[in-house]
Amino acid sequence: MLLIHCPYCDETLPELEFAYAGEAHVDRPADPSALSDEEWRDFLFIRANPKGPHFERWRHVHGCARFFNAVRDTVSDRFLMTYKAGEPRPDISKLEEAQ
Amino acid sequence: MTTQTHDFTVIEGGTAPVRVEDMAPVARFSLRLREAHRAAVGQALGFDLPQRVGDVARAKARAALCLGPDEWLIHAPEAEAEAIAAAGAGAYAEAPHSLVEISDREISYAITGPAARELLTIACPRDLDRLATGRAVRTVFDTAQVVLWRDGEDAFRLDVWRSFAPHVRALLDAGQAELSAGF
Ligand SMILES: [Zn+2]
Repeated sequence: MLLIHCPYCDETLPELEFAYAGEAHVDRPADPSALSDEEWRDFLFIRANPKGPHFERWRHVHGCARFFNAVRDTVSDRFLMTYKAGEPRPDISKLEEAQ
Repeated sequence: MTTQTHDFTVIEGGTAPVRVEDMAPVARFSLRLREAHRAAVGQALGFDLPQRVGDVARAKARAALCLGPDEWLIHAPEAEAEAIAAAGAGAYAEAPHSLVEISDREISYAITGPAARELLTIACPRDLDRLATGRAVRTVFDTAQVVLWRDGEDAFRLDVWRSFAPHVRALLDAGQAELSAGF
């Protein structure tokens, strides 16, 4: 079982308490009606889907109930870090150096 | 998970390694508020509301458990339900918050005895050694969301939503029977 560190509970806890919630840092356009159909499609459906570190949202649904962000390597399934919702996207090169 | 029941022969004369019992009803409230109003609402209800997830504040027979950064669970004797609701209403104008009575939403089981921790491990994925006495957490038991309180080294309490209770109780009873039979 994966163990995930919740930045709100500040504890590393079993995956069963958490729910995955898609890619992180996807901002909803401020003025949707100004977008072309292609731009709106990209916002709704087109995701990075990387092989390697992925910025993604998780929710500690059976714990503190908070959404937060994580960087997870999609090859190894390893969590590189987690951080609170609203915090800036971490610098991935620094994360990889720290490994 | 399917529930299989067995006719175990319980060893006569021995004391059960773990007991599972229904607890008497209590008043339960869900409290949500912003940090700016934590002190005022806490004071109205008689607590210094804790900020660390899992911490419990106690005031006489009342307990307030921090479930999340803006969420608390309050337990109190049934007779105090009206007084708690009134205290919240009195503080509302100055310190807006949500205080909802959920007394009938859940029932509680007491799980006690030397094998209490072992019984919980049949369906709770948490490392229970890291749940200190006096603290409590929201977690899962099999597929049901529960609140697990640790009242002592060998004493736990499980708050379960009523609709999930038969499933949780069946698992606890099956595990209790196995542990009593010496497995
Ligand atoms: Zn959490």
